[in-house]
Amino acid sequence: MTGIALRARVQHVLETHLFQIRRAEPLPARLGHRRIFVLPTGLGLAFGATLVTMLLASMNYALSLGYAVTFLLAGVGLVSLHQTFRNLIGLELIAARLGPSFCGTDAQLELVFRNALDRPRIHLDVFLDPARPTRFSIDADAITHVTVPVPTQRRGWLATGRLTLETRFPLGLIRGWSYLTPAARNLVYPCPETPPLPLPAPAYAHQDGQGGSTGEDDFAGLRDYRPGDSPRRVAWKLAARTDGHLHTKLFSGGQRSELALDWHALPTTLDVEARLSRLTAWVLSASQSNQVFSLRLPGFASDRSCGEAHLASCLRALALHGESRGQD
Amino acid sequence: MVNRVARTSAASPPLSSIQGSWLGATILVTLLPHMQSLPGWLSGLCLLLLAWRLATDRGLSPPPATWLLLLVAAGSVVAAAIEYRHLLGKDPGLALLAVFACLKLLEARTVRDGRSAVLLCFFLQMGQFLNGQEIWVAALTLAGIILALGSLAALEGQADTTRLLRGSSLRVLAAIPLMLALFVLFPRIQGPLWGLPQDAYSGLTGLPDTMSPGSLGELVQSGGIAFRADFDGTPPPPQARYWRGPVLSEFTGTTWRPGYAGLTDVMPHDGRGPSYRYRMTLEPHNRPWLLALDYPRLSGHDVRYTSDLQLVSTRPVRERRRYELESFPEARSGQDEPPHVNRRNLDLPAGSNPRTVTMAHEVADRIASPAQRIGALIARFRQQALTYTLKPPVLGQHSADEFLFDTRLGFCEHFASAFAIAARAAGVPARVVTGYQGGEINPHDGTLVVRQSDAHAWVEVLLPGQGWQRIDPTAESAPSRIDVGIADALPDYTDLPLFMQPSMAWLRALQWRWEALGNRWNQWVIGYNEERQRNFLRDLGFQVEGIGDLLVAAGIAAIVVVLALMAWSLRQPRQGDRLDRLWSRFCRKLARAGTRRPQWMGPLEFAKLAATRHPSSSNRIRTIADRYASLRYGPHPPQDSDLGWISREIKQLRLK
Repeated sequence: MTGIALRARVQHVLETHLFQIRRAEPLPARLGHRRIFVLPTGLGLAFGATLVTMLLASMNYALSLGYAVTFLLAGVGLVSLHQTFRNLIGLELIAARLGPSFCGTDAQLELVFRNALDRPRIHLDVFLDPARPTRFSIDADAITHVTVPVPTQRRGWLATGRLTLETRFPLGLIRGWSYLTPAARNLVYPCPETPPLPLPAPAYAHQDGQGGSTGEDDFAGLRDYRPGDSPRRVAWKLAARTDGHLHTKLFSGGQRSELALDWHALPTTLDVEARLSRLTAWVLSASQSNQVFSLRLPGFASDRSCGEAHLASCLRALALHGESRGQD
Repeated sequence: MVNRVARTSAASPPLSSIQGSWLGATILVTLLPHMQSLPGWLSGLCLLLLAWRLATDRGLSPPPATWLLLLVAAGSVVAAAIEYRHLLGKDPGLALLAVFACLKLLEARTVRDGRSAVLLCFFLQMGQFLNGQEIWVAALTLAGIILALGSLAALEGQADTTRLLRGSSLRVLAAIPLMLALFVLFPRIQGPLWGLPQDAYSGLTGLPDTMSPGSLGELVQSGGIAFRADFDGTPPPPQARYWRGPVLSEFTGTTWRPGYAGLTDVMPHDGRGPSYRYRMTLEPHNRPWLLALDYPRLSGHDVRYTSDLQLVSTRPVRERRRYELESFPEARSGQDEPPHVNRRNLDLPAGSNPRTVTMAHEVADRIASPAQRIGALIARFRQQALTYTLKPPVLGQHSADEFLFDTRLGFCEHFASAFAIAARAAGVPARVVTGYQGGEINPHDGTLVVRQSDAHAWVEVLLPGQGWQRIDPTAESAPSRIDVGIADALPDYTDLPLFMQPSMAWLRALQWRWEALGNRWNQWVIGYNEERQRNFLRDLGFQVEGIGDLLVAAGIAAIVVVLALMAWSLRQPRQGDRLDRLWSRFCRKLARAGTRRPQWMGPLEFAKLAATRHPSSSNRIRTIADRYASLRYGPHPPQDSDLGWISREIKQLRLK
């Protein structure tokens, strides 16, 4: 067994047996005493060193009150250890839901904790990324919602992973913590291209071009106003409602314009992720301006449609492009 | 995880103004007891720095520049070096620690700085005990600890003042069992582990080891307790209470010094007459001598006699010390002193106090018998109409002359010194004995309390065939000093400390109570040493041998406390309120009888089901369920009487 393999093995044994980390656990999950770990913090160690020094000084100078103060503070340290422990024990995670996100931005993990005790739990930190803990407290006999940012690095399925729930309450001398692995996962969509390129020109069903556009009363959607748009097409009523933000009305006229977002139409110089990024940006902007569109990817072709559900299925296809089917 | 720790400590959050106020209050209360021993300028500096922090937190002043803080730090080191004339000692150490704690607070920007300041406070609270361990110091320290713990909690992010104070106090209360167990059981070790700084005991007061005019006067101003004596049976009458301290037999012309006196284990007096048995509790005075009622027989193993009848310990008395003694007021000593002792006790520097010497020579020429010469000298002293005062005028080179013939105002040391000089000049060997005279019985615990203000000096003369005889020239001139105490011997009370003035009787009564409490505190808390620990545990029925047993016992006690805390944290919280618990008791009872309530079923429906299953108790089941439902879902909260009623009904429910 090589050194690295040995380390991995030790880590595995530690995690599964000492820290009792499971792959993903069913909810509700209750923090029993075997799942809670306590160790002194840096401050706790400094406090201990202070006490040792104080004890030595008491012995050296035969200071009776020195002994008393040292022992009192030692007792306080012990009490604070138990308070840290009590702050965690019996806490229940009753629900976890991971929201969708775009690669590179944080996914939001919503957690619901329940405190069934007759005393509040104070200053708990829950995090995946230790740099960004979410701090919360729960009143006695209450339920609270907590949102934890989950960093994303790649598109596709994202499982919640190992959450750390820790507290330094009450004095910061002791860090008590536990690990939670709720079975929550969601999609990470490809990162939309920034800045987004303008949407490709709609391909008209009739090939005779814009000149033949006769009817302007078949409303097809809205998009942001761009300089050069005819003032007659500006949605003035909407502008009055939206504080002067201008939108341009799109009309399909007799020829139904079809916004087709096609993988194969993209320049071949782009690699896979760049294509996905661009398509994602387009899908989003088309959806934002309520345009009807269709998306084509290798192995996927959507209907011409619009709306939330259509957007979600397109984003899902983009997120899972190239991933094995078995995972979804 | 290592990365994480490193990161969070690198970017510690900034201090809020609430946290700043907590830290300021902590340092202030921590420094309060220090202020009695710190020089005024230093206390002032500390208060100024704390006020500055307060102003900064309130936005009234910009935070100080780093160079200014460094300047203040360097300046206070220099000033302390000038003030104390050295830096490596207890006093300058504590003084600088106090300033640095304030500077630390002033420059604290982050939570981490705040935590360092709190740890510094714990050190300061400890350091205070080097100067004194009285009850009020303990009380202030306790307040300081509660504030310091509150600060730690505030630094952890809690902000509500009441809750912080309550939390810290409860935490301290919960820590008391462990503190008591360890305090009683932790092995006490005699003596220092390492060298102590030279000035470690500079704060201790007591009799000086030399006597010159004015040396006792300062001591008398102090109301501090010198020692306590606890007699078996009646204590001796006030005029017999001469507590012997340093014996001074060498006179340099201005100062009396201890002469040479060998150490011996043989009791240097004949031990005749009645005796008193008593226990002494001597306050530490940083000198080796032990005070004792004339003339003592010792029983300690590290105590010896000097040939001039002092008791000396092998080490300076630096902690409160208890010892048992037996004293023989009528015993005699020195009937056969060797000639060199006689010679030394006749020695006077040439040309010293010529008028006194001349007076003594006149007496010696007239009278042959040494005893009669002494009598004649006493008579001469009376003729001089000397006045006893606490504030005698400053005297020059021939202090006895000036006292006897010019100023005629003196304190006991003037009387004793002048008389010893006169006796020596008259050819009678004489020496000065310093110590304490008198003492008062505390009406609350019956101990005899002797204070620094009872400090006294008298003379012993060596008469052939009779040995050393005590002569108290102060008593001869101002007899009331000995019979009723110093307060009544003085013509004018105003020079006395407030508590000793007769009009302050009520204050005095209060003080007796306080001192009785202080005595118990000293005996049981401050004086809890190796010996007391052994005795205390033996009284409890534990025979403890050595440090190992104690460590085991302390370990067991600590484990018991930890287990108790553990049981407390693992205690299953009770689910729901009393009404809910009654309802679940009811459901359990029915479940045992075979009728289990499905999770979704409401109380009334369940009662209907149960009533059909248990027709004999159907009424009772229905009424219980009805009452529960109306209390649970009705508009009125359940009263104790309702709950009691349900409880009784459930008890009376018989299911078959």
